[in-house]
Amino acid sequence: MWICLSLLLIVPGLLFFTSCAKKTVQSEPTLTQQAAQVEPDAAQDDAAAKLAAEKALQEELARQKAIEEERLQAEAAEAAEAADAADAAGREAMAARSMFVNEDIYFEFDSYVLTGLAQDILVGKAQWLRINSDSAVAIEGHCDERGTNEYNLALGDKRAEIVKDYLVNVGIDASRLTTISYGEEHPVNSGHDEESWAKNRRAHFVVD
Amino acid sequence: MIAGYQKKIICLTGALILVFFMSGVGRADYTYINISNPFLRKVPLAIPVFKNLSENSIDAQVARQAADMLSDALEFTGYFKMLDRGAFLIKPEGPAIKMPGINFKNWTVIGSELLITGAYSMHDNQLEIELRLFDTFKEQLLVGKRYKGGKSDQRKMIHRFCNEVIFRLTGKRGLFNSQLAFVSTGSGNKEIYFCEFDGYRPEQLTRTKHITLSPAWSSDNKWIAYTSFINGKPDLFIRNLRQKRGSIVDRKGINATPAWVPGQFSLAATLSFSGDQEIYLLTGTGKIIKRLTHSRGIDVSPSFSPDGKQMAFVSQRGGTPQIYIKHLETGRVTRLTFEGRYNTQPSWSPAGDKIAYSAMENGNINIMVINTDGRGLMQLTHDAGNNECPTWSPDAGMIAFSSTREGGVSRIYIMTAYGTDQRRLLSLRGEQSNPQWSSNITNN
Repeated sequence: MWICLSLLLIVPGLLFFTSCAKKTVQSEPTLTQQAAQVEPDAAQDDAAAKLAAEKALQEELARQKAIEEERLQAEAAEAAEAADAADAAGREAMAARSMFVNEDIYFEFDSYVLTGLAQDILVGKAQWLRINSDSAVAIEGHCDERGTNEYNLALGDKRAEIVKDYLVNVGIDASRLTTISYGEEHPVNSGHDEESWAKNRRAHFVVD
Repeated sequence: MIAGYQKKIICLTGALILVFFMSGVGRADYTYINISNPFLRKVPLAIPVFKNLSENSIDAQVARQAADMLSDALEFTGYFKMLDRGAFLIKPEGPAIKMPGINFKNWTVIGSELLITGAYSMHDNQLEIELRLFDTFKEQLLVGKRYKGGKSDQRKMIHRFCNEVIFRLTGKRGLFNSQLAFVSTGSGNKEIYFCEFDGYRPEQLTRTKHITLSPAWSSDNKWIAYTSFINGKPDLFIRNLRQKRGSIVDRKGINATPAWVPGQFSLAATLSFSGDQEIYLLTGTGKIIKRLTHSRGIDVSPSFSPDGKQMAFVSQRGGTPQIYIKHLETGRVTRLTFEGRYNTQPSWSPAGDKIAYSAMENGNINIMVINTDGRGLMQLTHDAGNNECPTWSPDAGMIAFSSTREGGVSRIYIMTAYGTDQRRLLSLRGEQSNPQWSSNITNN
């Protein structure tokens, strides 16, 4: 978004100033011509000479202004380029964070065993936690609606704990990880079929 | 018959005065209702409209309403078959309410085995009700009581008499002074509510605006414990119902599934601060007395035997969730359930001999009852949605539970302890679950 905006501002800006600069260059001969014309009959018209001098001064000022603006423009473009690069990095970090938050760990029914896939995902989570070493995260344990609330509260707790244990085992500081069980109270999918249940049996990450 | 009566006046709160005018039967005789399976045969009972003893005429509505309230309350227990008043052979001036005026043949001929007569009078807004229970075959007065109080005490008086009737017929105190706590989503969040035994007058107890679960009554009904997410995670709240005081157990992990020890100001609950879900014994102020379970894996949902010496609970130590019993004196743990792969929510009967629980089989959850020795397994609900969270009435005669049988919406239902007479207890906005029956409230 930022990049698009800055490009929108910079591109026409650049075009404008380049054309301006060209014009000033073209106007220079005109100035000399005028001076040449004025010189032979200098005494003839003081007022005309004054006017010409003033015009020359103004044109010189305009030229300097144009140069200055060109310089500023170049500076702005440079800054935009840098911002663009920073933005790309930011975007990447953002994407990594959103993946960290949105990618859940799934479980089998009435189980808190980490599947192979769950472990693969956790390797990625651990990597993110190493890069973002000042982040603390809450791991939520959830269950599907089957079974009973009380047992599911315990099962959700187990799921969150097993995920935490895994991360601690691969070197993440336990003090950065908290767990919370919601049992079956917060399903992401309200359906009553295996597809919905499978999505609800999960460990979910929240960055504090 | 009335010759041996003694008068005894007990003052009750609310200016309820109760007069025993018959307590001649020293030795109880419980042949009326067979305790081993009281619901095989319902006892036919006749309750004619009450008689007005006031000089001034009170509208007949009051008499009918009081008789209906008595009839509904007794019918609720599942012990009785209420006889249709249309079939009664009553004289135009109304039935005789006491012996020797009662013609018992008029009652036996229509199939009645028990008869309850009532009379009431109103003087200066003071209501007086006298009620008598008769055995129509033996032509004998079984219970007779007179109650005095304000007009608003009528429901209380009627239920007090119901308790006397049940005690006389079964030898056990009735359930008519008990309440049910439950969870309802009516306000948009799961909050704790409670109502009287028959679903009357539901009231919202908590206003946490967060998830609130697992209400548990102390056996004196003065305290209620529950789990709430109000502080962002499942913490245990122990709350006095009359005074503004209580405690919070908010250790790391879950603080859940409370169950009070009968007769004590202490409770068991599942805590997972150690990283593993274990059941602990806590003081009524939430301090740990000791750890009660010692196995890796989930241990949850304690329920005590009425003598407090044993505790049923759910453990996943055998691979699947099953009910176990811990003998608290010896520390020995035995497995109770072997049928099925998902047995949870044990509820120990106040009579001591049985445990109700919920079992999931082929994706459906049903209420089961099993003897504490593992025998006599009975399935009480069949093909009617998911049925969860059984809880016994204080007289052990009934079980309340939640069911999704109507439109997939969870509501509170009740049935007799043998699974008969299943019906919805109350209609409220939202979904209701997690019923917990209190003991009889003695001090109201």
